[in-house]
Amino acid sequence: MASAKPRVKVPKKASQGEVITIKTLISHPMESGQRKDKKTGELIPRKIINKFTCEFDGQTVFTCDLDPAVSANPYLQFSAKVDQSGTFKFTWVDDDGSVYETEKKITVN
Amino acid sequence: MTITRRQVFGLTAGTAAFLAFKPEFSFAATDKAEDAIKAFTGGAAPMEGTVALDTPEIAENGNTVPVGVTVDSPMTADSYVASVLILADGNPNPAVATFHFSPMSGEAEAKTRIRLAKTQNVIAVAKMNDGSTYIDRKEVKVTIGGCGG
Repeated sequence: MASAKPRVKVPKKASQGEVITIKTLISHPMESGQRKDKKTGELIPRKIINKFTCEFDGQTVFTCDLDPAVSANPYLQFSAKVDQSGTFKFTWVDDDGSVYETEKKITVN
Repeated sequence: MTITRRQVFGLTAGTAAFLAFKPEFSFAATDKAEDAIKAFTGGAAPMEGTVALDTPEIAENGNTVPVGVTVDSPMTADSYVASVLILADGNPNPAVATFHFSPMSGEAEAKTRIRLAKTQNVIAVAKMNDGSTYIDRKEVKVTIGGCGG
């Protein structure tokens, strides 16, 4: 599903050393591999996002391994401490190998 | 409020059924969850405290249950939370998610939404950078299960 659309909320500005909250959401069915097709009775194969990472200027801030028990359209909220202006890079990795990425800049004054 | 004879029967039968089945449910799946905890901590028994789960008492829809976890830690380069494992002991597969923090996280807290198949315990196990582990459990009552279908 190429239409997986990531949405990320990062404050545009922060003061130095502030701990900010980052919210991310990506549209994805997170097919658990437990559900059966109602017509054929066959199991629908698993297809989930299994890894999420957040980097700030190349340094890893937060990562998450996801299992099928995470809801569809996985939502993640976490915090990050910012000491200087830079760019957050968010990456989602799908079971089928596709990678969804997005970036957000933050200005620290 | 008066209690009719009919209500008394209903209540008694319901309670009896609940008591009879509940232990059975929790045992089978809990074993898997315990194994997952052991694998995560490396066999050590995690201590209570420090980690706190934030879950609703009752979840109407098991498909999206908001779950938050906060770990009390200074989050400096010397002392920080390395990772937090979230488990649901009544799901077909207890693993839910693993959060990995770094000193750059500032605060060891994360929130997500999870699926719960039925009323069960949600478990959070936190591992510090020095290897010590902490655990918290919360029961979530689920009205409509979020698996299969």
